[in-house]
Amino acid sequence: MDLELKDMPGQLVLALQPISEFGGNIVSVIHHRDKKTPRGLIPVQITFEIDEGKLEGLINRMKSDGVTIVQVGEDRLLERVVVILIGHIIHSDIRDTIDRIDSTGYAEVKDLAVSMPGVDQHSAARMVINATGKKEMKKAIQLLRNVAHEKNLLLIEPI
Amino acid sequence: MKKVRILIIGFGVIGSGVARVISEKREFIRSKYGIDFKLVGIGEHNGCIVCPNGIDPMRAYELKRESTLNRHPCWKDKMNSIDLIKEANADIVIEATPTNINSGEPGLSHMMTAFNAKKHVVTSNKGPPAVAFQNLRKTAEKNGVQFRFEGSVGGAMPVLNLVRDTLQANEILGIEGILNGTCNYILTRMSTEGLPYEHVLSEAQELGIAEADPTYDVEGIDTACKLVILANAIFGMNVSYKDVDVTGITQITPEALKLASDDGYVIKLIGEIQDKNRPMVAPRLVPKGHPLAVGGTLNVISLRTDLAGEITVTGKGAGAVETSSSILSDLIGICEA
Repeated sequence: MDLELKDMPGQLVLALQPISEFGGNIVSVIHHRDKKTPRGLIPVQITFEIDEGKLEGLINRMKSDGVTIVQVGEDRLLERVVVILIGHIIHSDIRDTIDRIDSTGYAEVKDLAVSMPGVDQHSAARMVINATGKKEMKKAIQLLRNVAHEKNLLLIEPI
Repeated sequence: MKKVRILIIGFGVIGSGVARVISEKREFIRSKYGIDFKLVGIGEHNGCIVCPNGIDPMRAYELKRESTLNRHPCWKDKMNSIDLIKEANADIVIEATPTNINSGEPGLSHMMTAFNAKKHVVTSNKGPPAVAFQNLRKTAEKNGVQFRFEGSVGGAMPVLNLVRDTLQANEILGIEGILNGTCNYILTRMSTEGLPYEHVLSEAQELGIAEADPTYDVEGIDTACKLVILANAIFGMNVSYKDVDVTGITQITPEALKLASDDGYVIKLIGEIQDKNRPMVAPRLVPKGHPLAVGGTLNVISLRTDLAGEITVTGKGAGAVETSSSILSDLIGICEA
């Protein structure tokens, strides 16, 4: 999130406080004192993690506090998990397996590496799944467990 | 000097190993703790040695090694271990018969008999605590004697005593770890050498790391039994083997291990209980360099606690001398209680 703050004491706190109040986790704050805008405001770049549903409420609150929000860039998919699948991965319709995750709207398969040792042998796949948050990732993994069970695949999850 | 009379029931690798260690450590334990362990009886499936004046444990160990235990002057052919436990004038029974996870026998009867005869029990036998934990605990309590079984989970690696004696003020929130050295050996070798499962299994069998029938280890049954013991003893749950979700390692392929490794992971058979949920045994991805990513035949367990945070211990999960370390720790613990 890019903000512009007035050059007077207490402005940064004013901008940061609502983020914690809305349950956000601040990752970094860059305060560009040396790059004052023509209007005499100080650009500040804040990176934080927050539940998607709470973002709008936060933005409204910041605006009503008099903070100028220049732009909000969302990197929607924050959680990343690696899993391994073993079994007849291709013949049990790998496209369907991926679609089932992608169609959730909150998670997607970002990377796939498959190893096929022989025609009748079990294949192995490494799948990288991204999701919008921890809760969503849990749901995506549960979905994948069901798919693996249905297709008789062994799913290996991280600890 | 406190004289403590003990019986060893089951004189196989573990039972005779304990006798040897008791002999070798006798002076150390006498001078450090003021305790003198006196072996007054040994119970085997085909007879017993009964000797109220004391059996030389090293002599018994050597006779066993030569398969001539029945030549001991105090040997009573066909005498039943149950009668030995009932009749012998002893303080502590070390139960070291083979594990049976279906019925817990003969260990279960030995332990119940010991408790009812007001004798403490120390064991590394997983069967009885896995099938009848609450019953055993209550019977011991009713008779005012102790039941200690550190050696039944993770061999030499201290878990139960660590929680009871050192982490007293902590609530244990979760447990996860590698509790079977055979599976760890197989997965480590497959991963580092890129070898198929069957090849490494036969290698492990040749080295004596895996049994001729490896089902118990590789299907995760052994890990599940240990989890049951931990669930009951540490979390106060009342679960048995059927309450554990179990997946073994037989389906793991070298290709899967390679894909995992390329992204910075190893695959380990992990036993896990979190927040008193259903215990689970399954192959899992563990980041390389993580405390649980130990190799070879090592065991490791990580405890999640409310005060101390994560506590991880690792050590040898099997072997007569290593398991004796846990059994002696329990023996001394009972004497000092």
